[in-house]
Amino acid sequence: MAAAKPAPILAVRDLVKNYGPVRAVRGISFDVRRDCCFGLLGPNGAGKTTTVEIIEGVTPATSGEVLYQGKPAGAAFRQDAGVQFQTAALQDFITVRETLEMFHRLYRHRADLGQVISDCALDKLEKRDNRKLSGGQRQRLLLGIALVNDPKILFLDEPTTGMDPQARRNFWELVERIRARGKTIVLTTHYMEEAQTLCDEIVIMNEGEIITQGAPEQLLKAHYKAIILELPESDLAEMPPEFPFPSYRRNGLVEIHADDANEAITRLSRAGAPLGRLNIRPYRLEDLFLDLTGKELRP
Amino acid sequence: MIQRIFAILHARNLEFLRDRATLGWNVAMPLLLVAGMAAIFSGGDRSEYKVALIQAEAQAAAPAHPFLETRYFDFIPMERGEALDRVANHQLDLAIDFGAGAYWINPESPGGYFAERLLQSSSKDGEWIREPASGDPISYVDWLIPGILGMNIMFSCLFGVGYVVVRYRKNGFLKRLKATPLRPVEFMAAQILSRLMLAIFVTLLLYGATRLLLDIRMEGSGLALFLVAVLASISLVSIGLAMAARVTSEELAGGLLNLVTWPMMLLSGVWFSLAGAPQWVQQLSNIFPLTHALTAARDIMLYGAGLGDVLPQLLILAGTTAVFLTIGATMFRWRSA
Repeated sequence: MAAAKPAPILAVRDLVKNYGPVRAVRGISFDVRRDCCFGLLGPNGAGKTTTVEIIEGVTPATSGEVLYQGKPAGAAFRQDAGVQFQTAALQDFITVRETLEMFHRLYRHRADLGQVISDCALDKLEKRDNRKLSGGQRQRLLLGIALVNDPKILFLDEPTTGMDPQARRNFWELVERIRARGKTIVLTTHYMEEAQTLCDEIVIMNEGEIITQGAPEQLLKAHYKAIILELPESDLAEMPPEFPFPSYRRNGLVEIHADDANEAITRLSRAGAPLGRLNIRPYRLEDLFLDLTGKELRP
Repeated sequence: MIQRIFAILHARNLEFLRDRATLGWNVAMPLLLVAGMAAIFSGGDRSEYKVALIQAEAQAAAPAHPFLETRYFDFIPMERGEALDRVANHQLDLAIDFGAGAYWINPESPGGYFAERLLQSSSKDGEWIREPASGDPISYVDWLIPGILGMNIMFSCLFGVGYVVVRYRKNGFLKRLKATPLRPVEFMAAQILSRLMLAIFVTLLLYGATRLLLDIRMEGSGLALFLVAVLASISLVSIGLAMAARVTSEELAGGLLNLVTWPMMLLSGVWFSLAGAPQWVQQLSNIFPLTHALTAARDIMLYGAGLGDVLPQLLILAGTTAVFLTIGATMFRWRSA
């Protein structure tokens, strides 16, 4: 007999959000498994922040429901959830520690504040006024606020937007450590590398709808049988005649999507293309994202 | 619940106390006002004379009398009881009843002495019956101080809370709080307590300064006055919270708050008595909680009224609080729609 599928910690059912005539979220449904890092991806305006804010309870849905541990999300959910907004103002003239203490006192179940401060690398910033924090420091404080109740489920809404690459990597490591303690994480992001690094399962949204969902590796396997060959545009001004694989020119590179790499390389070699700078790579989540949501700029 | 209220209260107090510019202004502005009044009023009272024309009788006989042509005199129609009290307390120089052919004067009042001399010089011999009305003088500044204290409470409570809530909503801090177990009523309670503490602290400071600098009159119980100040503050904060319950623009909040504060400042008897104003103005003034707070405060400070005497005003302030807190809690939104 097959083992029963564990109940999801969070279930979203037929969620709709209209802003006047604009349908921001169009009847989406998905489950979030316990202890998983779940990514909600999509281009700007896809409806992912609206979706996550409805789940968090800060924006009312037009219709549909959010179930937390099988029951409509309410007071118990607010006690158990940690939320890091994409942007959130904090009180002026208050220090990092005082801010954490204030939020800490709002919950029944609380984390050890010293541990939160240490986890978020805020030890040296405890006495600093909120107004004097850098972008990365501020994001770490917002994460710390989201952790003061030792949450069972943690929402991170585009947490690394505006961070430099080093700060972003440090933030990812921090999220990995938190996740290792058995927390469920719902991550909203438009950084595909971030989603591929952190998420066990993703949903890609576009124009208020879910266009695909699953584990990143499974989605890539399901969508692509080929690999990508990259050459500098200057090394391949024109494609060889009767070349059988599709190619795209992007960011100074020619991308060849080939399901038979040997065949592609042989044909390029015969055409006299220099292959010294040839790069062969598998498909990434970013390729899938662009293929599914389109490559053109959004209005 | 109590812990959540105190968490928000503590953070708000820290924020306010460390904002030196705002704190300084909140304390310094009223003190500057008191210092200005001390400079103006410590050298003596006003130079203009005020005479009550006791109503009804005055209507028929008054217009023809030459005394009413005297320059630099204010002639104010008034009920007999109030007029006699005011003459006794030196708030009026004279009260005249043309119908009865009598006038009332406080023999200790310098203004009364001159007003009486002018009345007699413009009247026939034996035209008037002279009646004494004795009592301690109440100067204009004695009368004004409760108004200043009340006005300071009004501005502090309405603007101090209204603007802060709108700013919190506009910058997303309220949205962040909404994602916690904090309830609107807990947030509002914390704002009320925080502002109440500040308003009472500044009022006590002002009261102390005016007692020290101006030796103002205080006939009643300090405890009763304290209770009036507390209820007035809570009542005005609740109005501020109701007005800021949904607003997301500081400009709109400023307009709405001005819409309330200016009529209250002009019609609640902060600067001058409405005794001589038309009846409808007096009735309109009763819709403002500040009117009742000032009536209670003056009754306590100037006439020694006890808690029982000002109970109607206290009940009105408590009722106003209940109404506006209910409106505020019902309408409250953490974020813009």
